Amino acid sequence: MIAYIVKRILFMVPLLIGITIISFVVIHLAPGSPTDLQTDLNPRVSAEMKARMQALYDLDKPLYQQYFIWVKKLSVMDLGTSFSPDRRPVIDKIMERLPITIIINVLSLVLIIVVALPIGVLSAVHQDSWFDKITGVFVFIGFAMPTFWLALLLMILFGIYLGWLPISGIRSLNYEYLTPIAAMIDLGKHLILPVLLSAFGGLAGFSRYMRANMLEVIRQDYITTARAKGLSERAVIFKHALRNALLPVITILGLSVPGLIGGSVIFETIFAIPGMGQLFYMSTMSRDYPVIMGILVIGAVLTLIGNLIADVSYALADPRIRVS
Amino acid sequence: MKRFTHSDFWYRFSRNKLAVAGSVVVVSLFVVSMLAPWISPYDPGDINLQMVLVPPSAAHPLGTDQLGRDVLSRMIWGSRISLKVGFVAVGIAVVIGAILGAMAGYYGRWIDAVVMRFVDVMLCFPSFFLILAVIAFLEPSIWNIMIVIGVTGWMGITRLVRADFVSLREREFVQAARCIGANDFRIIFVHILPNAMASILVAATLGVAGAILTESALSFLGIGVQPPTPSWGNILTAGKDNIDIAWWLSLFPGLAILITVLGFNLLGEGIRDSLDPRLRQ
Repeated sequence: MIAYIVKRILFMVPLLIGITIISFVVIHLAPGSPTDLQTDLNPRVSAEMKARMQALYDLDKPLYQQYFIWVKKLSVMDLGTSFSPDRRPVIDKIMERLPITIIINVLSLVLIIVVALPIGVLSAVHQDSWFDKITGVFVFIGFAMPTFWLALLLMILFGIYLGWLPISGIRSLNYEYLTPIAAMIDLGKHLILPVLLSAFGGLAGFSRYMRANMLEVIRQDYITTARAKGLSERAVIFKHALRNALLPVITILGLSVPGLIGGSVIFETIFAIPGMGQLFYMSTMSRDYPVIMGILVIGAVLTLIGNLIADVSYALADPRIRVS
Repeated sequence: MKRFTHSDFWYRFSRNKLAVAGSVVVVSLFVVSMLAPWISPYDPGDINLQMVLVPPSAAHPLGTDQLGRDVLSRMIWGSRISLKVGFVAVGIAVVIGAILGAMAGYYGRWIDAVVMRFVDVMLCFPSFFLILAVIAFLEPSIWNIMIVIGVTGWMGITRLVRADFVSLREREFVQAARCIGANDFRIIFVHILPNAMASILVAATLGVAGAILTESALSFLGIGVQPPTPSWGNILTAGKDNIDIAWWLSLFPGLAILITVLGFNLLGEGIRDSLDPRLRQ
């Protein structure tokens, strides 16, 4: 097992290098060097900022040296300082916003599993029943749904017409005066819509995937054997079939991490949640390049970590993986 | 093996009700966007400050926006943007994906390793982050949006094309082509690639749906198609700004996106099922 984990971590090294190269290419995407473009053509960037860009990315040195210097700084988490008036280190700005983003994404993942898994299993076990057909229609609509639009509609419905849920931020104005329990409830109320919506896209895909998996497992010989030896249908489905159908699901959960993190830009912006996604959006609007680059790299590394966790848990669950 | 014929395809396709529904949606969208100058009741840029945020009525079936412009007319013109972005972005992704996938699958060895690791790395980036980062460096314009969506969306097609090439490159017809002296370029593009077209076509149709969704999300966030050019996404931005007074600005453009994306998805799945019923899930 340890050998497998070590191998898996070593496999991440080329990917990490690739991530830094692509991020570096993005910095240099702007025609010409980023600094002269901004001072000459873009009134939003002053000469002073040019000097800071120059210092931050060592733009006077040859390209390959720039890359190595940048990676060296990156390895000690030095992402430079923000261009915004507060001039704080980028890493601090990101780290203080990361927890809420991670909380929302983890809650969404949990919601996806709790809702989509039973749907997938039930529609596979009762293939072509009315339940299967209705969920099939929902899945299809779910795939095509612009979730930011659904967010708007739910905000209008629950926030404005019914007035049940707050539609912006993560805390009410009177948050500081609430008892701890009331504060928790307040936070929960603010998180319901964002979590629901960021889970929405995954729900459709995941339940469809679970259904396909389950259908495949049910046709296997060992399921026929289990039935033939007289096990109850419940035991066949939940003990024999479900366990095997669940395995590939772990990988899919890992693969859904980048989509969830990417989606946080949209939901955090719509619901004014002070997370990493909103920071990324605001930095894009104000062209705060050091923050943009920092979040780009951190977003990719989070994805890598998500995939690592998925692969390791797969290996824990399925001995065939770690032996071969 | 029975030879696959076009009439088989059309027979299966025409019996698939969902696929037919999808193609009706897609075809109507084309017709609407082509006829935009003639069928839109108003000029999409006509500002009328006496008619600001008027709810749907006989004169303005889908209401007016915060500048008194007719929402129906703006949506009709917006369909041009959605289709343009969808097709150009997917075109770019298909060209990149087909070339890289063909090279990886045909040559194998280190080219394959390099290309596929490149795909793995690109897939590590949350695609929305990558798109936003690139747009922060370029100006948001419809052309930049198309290019960025295309350049960040080729990985799936690369994998598909590579898989097709790996399974086809040792087949007899490829060996025969090699025996009569065809060069690699000819074998790849004339002999193997046409056999991979089916899976590319399906992926591209589904890709158009994805690109339209991405464009509308970007325009909604204000970093896509810029006003005053109408796009479904930026009408929704106005919907969010007037969320408590003008529900029609939020409802109709989103519905148009949903139906369009649904149409392309149904069409794509329909094509896949009709090309090869065995692939049906």
